[in-house]
Order: sequence, then structure tokens, then C-alpha cells
Amino acid sequence: MRFSILTAGVIAGMLAAGGAQARDQISIVGSSTVYPFATIVAEKFGQSSGFKTPVIESTGTGGGMKLFCKGVGVEHPDITNASRAMKSSEAKLCADAGVEFQEFIVGNDGVAVSNSLNGQKFNISIAHVAAALAAELPNQGFGGESAKANGLNTWAEVDAYVAKAMGTAAIGLPAQPVSIMVPPPTSGTRDAMGSLFMKAGWKKLGLEGSGYKKLREDGAAIEVGENDALIIEKLVADKDMFGVFGYSFFDQNRDKVQASLLDGVELNFENIASYKYPGARPLFFYVKKQHMGVIPGMKEFINEFISDKAMGMDGYLFPAGLVPLAADDFAKQVAAKNSL
Amino acid sequence: MNDHHEIVSSSAGVAGLYNAPTSVRMAHIAAGLKKRRAASKRLRIYGIAAICTAIGFLCILLTTIISNGYTALQQTEIAVTIDVPADEIVDANGVIDVDKSRNYNWDGLVKRSFRKAFPEVTGMLEQRSLGELLSANAGYDLRLQIEAAGTVPTGAVTYWVKSSDDVDMLMKGRMDRSIDEKKRRIKDNQLVWFDKIVAEGSVRLAFNSTFFTAADSREPESAGVLGAIVGSAMALVITVMLALPLAVMAAVYLEYFAPPGRLTDFIEVNVNNLAAVPSIVFGLLGLAVFLGFFGMPRSAPLVGGMVLALMTLPTIIIATRASIRAVPTSIRDAALGLGASPMQTALDHVLPLAAPGILTGTIIGIAQALGETAPLIMIGMVAFIVDVPTSFTDPATALPVQIFIWSDSAERAFYERASLAIMALLLFLISMNMTAVLLRRKFEKKW
Repeated sequence: MRFSILTAGVIAGMLAAGGAQARDQISIVGSSTVYPFATIVAEKFGQSSGFKTPVIESTGTGGGMKLFCKGVGVEHPDITNASRAMKSSEAKLCADAGVEFQEFIVGNDGVAVSNSLNGQKFNISIAHVAAALAAELPNQGFGGESAKANGLNTWAEVDAYVAKAMGTAAIGLPAQPVSIMVPPPTSGTRDAMGSLFMKAGWKKLGLEGSGYKKLREDGAAIEVGENDALIIEKLVADKDMFGVFGYSFFDQNRDKVQASLLDGVELNFENIASYKYPGARPLFFYVKKQHMGVIPGMKEFINEFISDKAMGMDGYLFPAGLVPLAADDFAKQVAAKNSL
Repeated sequence: MNDHHEIVSSSAGVAGLYNAPTSVRMAHIAAGLKKRRAASKRLRIYGIAAICTAIGFLCILLTTIISNGYTALQQTEIAVTIDVPADEIVDANGVIDVDKSRNYNWDGLVKRSFRKAFPEVTGMLEQRSLGELLSANAGYDLRLQIEAAGTVPTGAVTYWVKSSDDVDMLMKGRMDRSIDEKKRRIKDNQLVWFDKIVAEGSVRLAFNSTFFTAADSREPESAGVLGAIVGSAMALVITVMLALPLAVMAAVYLEYFAPPGRLTDFIEVNVNNLAAVPSIVFGLLGLAVFLGFFGMPRSAPLVGGMVLALMTLPTIIIATRASIRAVPTSIRDAALGLGASPMQTALDHVLPLAAPGILTGTIIGIAQALGETAPLIMIGMVAFIVDVPTSFTDPATALPVQIFIWSDSAERAFYERASLAIMALLLFLISMNMTAVLLRRKFEKKW
């Protein structure tokens, strides 16, 4: 008997101790692309501010938005990172739960299409990427017929298809099988890929409608988790494979992989900053306004992040692969920060 | 099995053998015997081959982990002569002022001092590349050293500060200097500076104590497993405290008091089914019930322990029931016969005798729980957490989670640290199993 009373006591105690506790460190969720930058800022902040170091979870942009927009209160995260802007459906979710938020842009990133250094370096157009990845393509017999399952199995076939569709000469891609690892649907990089490569490439091919939205399911497009290190390992093991991921990961692994030129533009820091690279995109984080002043250190953390010493040209995020904002964009972020 | 069939069929075919002379019968038996001996020999060889294969794989696994990870026991450090300006850090009484120290630009101080050894490096970009030889946390490293010493020395003193992870990889021979500069993380000019300080004896490999005293960090050289070990230990304490009493009570009830019938059968089937449910399902349950309904904190080892307790509960129930059943009925009958109540029989006589079996089941369950990451994802324990947890509601990760996070990191140096963390996990497991064996020996009764 004593035994069971003790157990019941322990359980009751745990629930009481755990429930509705005040939180004294910031809780951050969201994009795995922003994660490496946010963690660097969080650690510096923890070392120098005297506040506790924020806790950061890498949930993917979509997963982060879901958690962030669930409600106001200590059990919900304070900040969510995103590698794309918040969708209107997510903004509605937030509004329904009474969550007020402020958007910040932290810098720029480029979506890389990479393969192993042992493979051939590609110089392709985003039209090639779209034609290689779309689930269904029209005009595969080049006769104006309607869309059917994508049957372009090698890059040479993709090359021929794009050349025909755009009325240009083939660029001589090899007859190597199409095999591309893409991020999962919860990832912001996947969304960015959808709009920057698939949608824009679709247009370039002279196609209409929303056929670009669905990716191939015949094994040419391989969905991998949020584990970017795994993608690098696989690329090294198979030189015919391509992978889609953020610039910082490419930058850290230059000795293993190379990035394809897209529309003739090399993936590098300058071309991302100038948005010449077609895969360039901004990175965001969203702050829950109601948590300002409730969770200790919120204001100080944002001050640490939105600062020249973190995000600037000489900032500590630059070596990690974050491309700084243009001066006027940066000024806008500082203004937004000061208005909080 | 085969032999048996053979005898049956052959005896039917050669029924006449019974009347045959002894010598013929003996020859027939000898031939069969040879076959049977060969068969059992083959079986033995298969068994040995199976064990050898298993041991072979284990050896490959261990060798890979150890050869990848043992270098993480050391960390490259660089000697920098630094004149720490005492008046910027100490208060009026000459004691280090924590606030002043925190706000002081230690990074700048370390990098400035380091550059003094290289008067020939002048350009801004070059100076920056030179600074990259040191850890991004070199300033923090120095601050910790000075705060630990308690006093600020006067004049220039040589301190050993951590190098960057790239230099660490280079020093340990894990970076190929011969490949094209563009593809190398350490550039040619940095190699020249590195070789210079190596020649001066200003670089050393020192024991990486940070690994055992710190929690996660963005810089591999500042990252450690202590946070994850404490997190795992806390979660397991909760797991044992919850799962063991609940499981033992459930098992005793099912074995002794439950009236036979459909309801009992139903419960029994469900307990067995629960033992096979994928662990992520328990994570989802934890998210919905503990976080959603009870509003418990995210990322806390308390919640992690509760989720893992749910997961290990069926394992312990099944093991406990089996070991209760293994206690001879004579013990039970004797106790009841002497007038003990069913409760006294169960608690005073059967459970103590079943304890070694219960312990084994518990340890198997706990070892399983120690290796779980999937249910922890849902309740937020898969996260970047820099502070070592000090209470059950502080955010924490667990050891396997830490290994997962590091092996997913871009920096190459995290890879070796992940391997060392795997070794730490194995040690944790071995020590737990050892305790179980010792306890079992202590409680074991023979009859």
C-alpha cells in the first residue's frame, strides 16, 4: 500500500511541478537552414549577456510555423526561423490563435544544386531543373500533346526536351541518369525550390498551369529528411547524384561537392548578395510580440542578432555562410527591431 | 528432426533387417551413426560461423567508432602571449567583476595579442584569416581561464587557447594539405602561419577536458557531452521511478488477483501489443497529453522520462510476470498454508525471490530507453542546448540525441566528437549492465 501511495504521490508531484512553469530561457523553433546561424547567435548571447542560452529546435520551416502559431503563453515557442516568408495560410493560423508577430530578414542564402567533385560540373538552366523534376510533362513526343508522366530518364533526354521546348541548341548534357535528392515538404528550402526553380523553370519552358507543383515519384527525385550531412555522404558515394540544399552547407563542404551553375551564374557569395543567382533567397525569423518583456532576454537576443557584429560583412555569421543584407534592407530590420 | 525421419523411413524400407545377421545390422547402424554425427558437426559449424559473423561486425563497428573518435580526446591549443588589462576587469578591491568581465571584448584581446607574433601580416583580410586559426570561442576560453584563476596577472603571460576546428583537423592529420587550395578549408597563407607556430612550439595537443565538462556548442572545440549525460541520467531516473513500481504492481495484480476472464485476457493481449508499438507513437502521446493537456514544459527531462516510462512499462511488466511465475509454487503454498494473506505472500515471499528477474527486465527496458531518440523529437528534446541542466524541468537533450545532432552538423570536427560520444554512450550502457549483474548476483537465491 505504502508503495502505491508513494507512486501516486510521485506522479501527482511531477504533474504539479511540470505544469504551468515560468520559463527563463528563449525557445526557438523552425528552419534547419537558419538553425546553424541562430545557434551561433544564441551561444554568443549566452556567453556575453548573462541570460540563459536560448534553446533551439530544428523542426523545418513548416513545422516551426505550426508550433509558433499555436498560441500565446510560455508553453509555446517565442521565435520561429524560416527559410521562406510566412504563407497566408500560416498567418491566418497565427491570427486565429491571437498570435501577433514581427518579421525579420536576417540575410541571404542560395539554394545549391550540387554533385560530387568526382562528377561532371553542370552549367544548366532552371528549365532543366524543372524538366528533370516535374512529375508530369506535356509535349514529351514534341507534338503538343497533353501532360503525362515524366519519362526523361537521363540528363541527355532532359537536355533534348528543354532545347526543343525553348527552341535553343542542346548544351550537351551527358547520358547519366536523373537522380536528385530534394528536401522534404516541411522544409522551407523545398518551398524555395518550388518557387525559384520549378515555377520559374516551368515558365521558361513556355508551359502554363501548376503542373510544376508535383515532383516525380518514379525515383528520379529522392526525398530525404532534414539531414544535410547525409546528403553530402550520399553525393560523395554516387557521382551521378545531385542534391538540393542551402549555401552554408555547400560552403562547409567545398572539398567534397561542387555547385552547378544555374542560368550561367556561379553559386557564390557575390551572386547571392546581388540576387543574380536564380536560387538566391532571403532568410527570416518571426518574433512573437506578446512574449516581449515576458520571457527574459527577448529584446537583448534580437539586438544581438540584428546587429552589424552578427549579420554584417565583418560579422561572425559571415564565415558560417550567411550572406549579409544590402545596407538599406539592413536599416529596415534595425528600424523594425527598434519599433518592437 | 531429419535423423528421426530417416530412421522411420529406413526402418519401414528395410523391415527385414530385424531378421538379418548381427554384422549386417551393425553395418547399417554404423552408416546411420556417421550421417548423424556429420549432421551435428555441421550444426556446430553453422553456429560458430554465425557467432563469428556477429563478432566480426561488432569488431568492425567498434574499430570504426574508436578510430574515428579517439582523436577527439585531444584538442589543439595555441600559445598566445597576452597582457590582460586588469583595470578593465577587476573592481575597486582587485576582485574580478563578473559583469565587467562579461562585457569586455575578450575576442579582440586574444586576436590582437596573437597578431603581434606576426608583424609581417598587415592587410585587413590577411589579419582576419590569421585570426581564423584561433577558435571563434578563443576569447571566451581565455575569460574562463582567468575567471577560474580568480586573479588577473600583471604583465604579459602565455596562455594556451583553443585553436579553430579546422586547425584541429589539420593538426590531427584529418585534412589533406595536398588538394587544390580552392577546395581546402585552410588556405595556403594560413598553412604557412600554422607551420611557423608549429616550428616555434606554440601548438600542442592537450587533453580535451571541455568534452566532459561542457554541453553542446556551435564550435566543435567548445562542445561537450556533460549536458547530454546529465539529461539522459535525469530522464532515466524519472523512467525508473515511474515504470518500475507501476509495472511491478500491474504484474502482481495480473498474476495473483486478476479474475480469469475476457477483461484480463484483453489487458494481457494489450500489454503484449504495447511492447511492440514503435517508440515515436509514445512521443506523440507525450506531446498530446503531457505538453498539450497538462501544459508541462517542452524539452524537459521530466517529460522525456515520463514518455520513456510509458515505453518501457510493457517490457518490465512482461519480465516481472515471467519471473513471478518462475518462483516455485511450493513457496507460495507454504506461505498461504502458514496463514499469510495473499498480499503478504506476494510482497514478502514471492517478490523478493523474483527480484533478480525483475531487475534484469528493468535493465533491458532502461537500456532501450537510453538509446531512444524518436519519442524525444516530439517533446522538444532534440534541440540545441548550451546550458547543463540543473533541474528536472530545465531544457535538456539525451546522449543519442547529441550524437544525432553532431553527426548532422556541417563542421567536420563534430564527426569525431560524435564518435567519442558514441563511446561515452556505450560506457554508460556497460556500467548500467554491470550494476545489474552485480545486483542480480547479490539477490539471487538457489534452491
